[in-house]
Amino acid sequence: MRLRFLLSALLFLASAPAALALDVDVSSFTLDNGMEVVVIPDHRAPVVTHMVWYKVGAADEPKGKAGIAHFLEHLMFKGTPRHPAGEFSRLVRANGGDENAFTTQDYTAYFQRIAKERLPLVMELEADRMQNLVLTDGNVLPERDVVKEERRQRVENEPGGLLSEQIDAALYTAHPYGKPVIGWMSEVAQLTRQDALDFYAEHYEPGSAVLVVAGDVTRDEVEVLAKRYYGPLNNRRPFAERLRTPEPPPVAERRVVMHDGRVSSPQWQRTYLAPSARQLEQRKELALSLLGEILGGGTQSRLHQRLALEYKLAAYVGAWYSGDNLDSGSFVLYAVPNPGADVAAIEKEIDAILKNIVDKGVTQAEVVRARSSAIADATYLLDSQEALARVFGEALTTGQSIADVMNWEKDMEKVTAEDVTQAARTLFDARASVTGLLLPEEAR
Amino acid sequence: MTAKMYRVLTRGLLLALALFFHSAAAQAFAIQEVKSPGGITAWLVEEKAVPLIAMTFGVRTGSISDPPGKEGAADFLSAMLDEGAGGMLSSEFQAERDALAFRMSFSADKESFTGSFQTLSRNRERSFDLLRLAINQPRFDAEPLERVRQQLVLNARDRAKDPQNRALIAWMKQIVPGDAYDRDSGGSEETIAKLTADELRAAHARIFTRRTLQVAVVGDIDAATLGPLLDKVFGGLPDGEPVPPLPAPRPAAGPSLRVIDVDTPQSLIVFGHDSILRNDPDFIPAYVMTEILGGDGFDSRLTNEVREKRGLTYGVGFGLSPMDRVGFMIGSLQTANETAGQALEVARAEIARMAEEGPTQSELDEAKTYLTGSYALRFSSNAAIANQLLGLQQQNLGIDYVSKRNSLIEAVTLDQVKAQARRLLHADKLVVTIVGKPQGLK
Repeated sequence: MRLRFLLSALLFLASAPAALALDVDVSSFTLDNGMEVVVIPDHRAPVVTHMVWYKVGAADEPKGKAGIAHFLEHLMFKGTPRHPAGEFSRLVRANGGDENAFTTQDYTAYFQRIAKERLPLVMELEADRMQNLVLTDGNVLPERDVVKEERRQRVENEPGGLLSEQIDAALYTAHPYGKPVIGWMSEVAQLTRQDALDFYAEHYEPGSAVLVVAGDVTRDEVEVLAKRYYGPLNNRRPFAERLRTPEPPPVAERRVVMHDGRVSSPQWQRTYLAPSARQLEQRKELALSLLGEILGGGTQSRLHQRLALEYKLAAYVGAWYSGDNLDSGSFVLYAVPNPGADVAAIEKEIDAILKNIVDKGVTQAEVVRARSSAIADATYLLDSQEALARVFGEALTTGQSIADVMNWEKDMEKVTAEDVTQAARTLFDARASVTGLLLPEEAR
Repeated sequence: MTAKMYRVLTRGLLLALALFFHSAAAQAFAIQEVKSPGGITAWLVEEKAVPLIAMTFGVRTGSISDPPGKEGAADFLSAMLDEGAGGMLSSEFQAERDALAFRMSFSADKESFTGSFQTLSRNRERSFDLLRLAINQPRFDAEPLERVRQQLVLNARDRAKDPQNRALIAWMKQIVPGDAYDRDSGGSEETIAKLTADELRAAHARIFTRRTLQVAVVGDIDAATLGPLLDKVFGGLPDGEPVPPLPAPRPAAGPSLRVIDVDTPQSLIVFGHDSILRNDPDFIPAYVMTEILGGDGFDSRLTNEVREKRGLTYGVGFGLSPMDRVGFMIGSLQTANETAGQALEVARAEIARMAEEGPTQSELDEAKTYLTGSYALRFSSNAAIANQLLGLQQQNLGIDYVSKRNSLIEAVTLDQVKAQARRLLHADKLVVTIVGKPQGLK
């Protein structure tokens, strides 16, 4: 299936010659074993971005094994019979490639950037470790210590990281999104080789993987290679739907306050539960994105205009909607008070701004401005091959479709001020919120 | 698509990506030297696939040139250039910037001041107009001045608590005590509070001259169109006077150790000593050697020993960091307080071992293959290429450097890297700064 992602005709027909229009010819197909493949040609340079995204993340972890999804991501570099520990990375490096991996609540992705001639190599390597990982305590246990240091570095040594963890735990009382991707230290410290192998066997299958190849390739080239390297892999388990404990309807407004001697100045944040992108028709999801832009997306936004310019209460403000998760999205607002400004006063003004939007709605001018800003951002995004590849990987592993991505701009043009206002009315329910405060040490 | 605010955890440091622009693998892409009618020079890479233009430019005057008592002036200036220019007040300027969707930001480092600019092709003329205004006629009106001052005060407070920042500043104080390098680029809360609009104008006059201006442009524009735009934006700047050089830094030899006691679970350890400048004739073999010892994205010796084998850290790096006036060899790692002493000793032992033994042939071969093969990956987007090209200009490396860089790396021999290891690594003279509550120190 071949789809054309045209940068808005509106942007180009008016003035520019045809040579400036950018066509991104995205193709997709599915292998017999269920592995979805997305091809994004980009012939600016003879390089490819090769990404394998597994539809598994921290929210799929069994009870008591917090952090195993991320730990396994580390361990995926520890070798197979054909390519013992360290060889994967050595081969990538020896072929002038760069690589990395990342884990989130809903997906785990592995990728390389390498000369296009080496695409068969990285496919072979990735296909090999999809089903042939071998682990020993000799490489598992030191890596567990590395993960503990990573947790210390990102969370325990970072007051902001600690607060984020507390906010998520308060926001999701039942759903596993309340548990951090890196895991709780006590559970991470107990993770074993067998835990990793069990999680791997359960979740790393071709049928639950998405292959994204962007770069100097054609659909046909990728299809031949994908069939050769990934095609022979079989699913060892029947596909299981990803069922997580749903978050019950929220009934209580929550507040998390953290004092810490390492904090230099107060910071305020509020997070609202919101539907995820896949739970909404695209137009409603985009309405939430535009709401974020209108409320707190830059210097023309309501938060900046009122809190920074007019009342001079905040030094930094912002808001955004985040929907690239399977089961739930969130809407975040933040503010950093000016020196000496009262955090309570900021909260009061923000509540007034939210109430105003709920009562009176947003204006057409705001929608037009926010939309054109979002569309401009998309042009800048096209400049980065990796960013473009990620857009598709994220969409397909969080229940969205290629069509969603391709129709993004068309659907964006349809969003009305009424859509955005309705989105705000549904969203701003205090019961569905956590307000978080990060404060310096209390005076003793 | 939604705004992307997910929490991700990466295995290691995310590396820069790259594209290069010819199909012949050994060829670098085409860089043109464009000289405007008014005599402004820029390096240009034409790339029409994406309808945008990225321009990065810089001058060689940075925060160490802030006069005593006015520390933070260059940084304050960098934050004020989008807060009103010419006849446009801040609100008007920003509204039009957002409507045009161009991106403009400035940054003051110790020895340079740089600007990054990106515009959509279709808004090119008007975006460049506003850039011209911002660079040539900043207003420094009272309202934005005070608003930005408050932001900068908060930033200074944050830096004063941030372990990375505290460690680096303290390390500089240890290694080049009394030198301008040991200042915080952004100034202190005290100095920021007192800076006036006139002092920012003086900073602007000091910084924005043609004398050391270097420019890189990548994207949907050709040389004939670019020339006049360069004159429009930069042509009105004064030629500028040479700046009297600062006294030469006198690095203090180690070994030395300073601990900044902070109640936090990890120790942040910075370690190193003085080293060579970029124009050292042996810089390339020295660079290859340090990549083997402690390079990013590498199975470096330090990563293998500190992270892979012993699990002591999430990341350790060590390498050359040449400034204009002196060079450093510097590295860092974070580890639980309990293992601080151990991690430092392992790092020190690896530096000593490399000094004594040098790399092996196979390490050298692997390093060369990786460094040459992955070089192209740095040039990953218009903006990234522009940044790379400005960097090359700032290091005086010549417009043909991109195409000859790999052959320079290929030419490095085992004898050379061994000699540089012996020459440049001094494990017994490390200057060490630790922020945290380190245990087990010798």
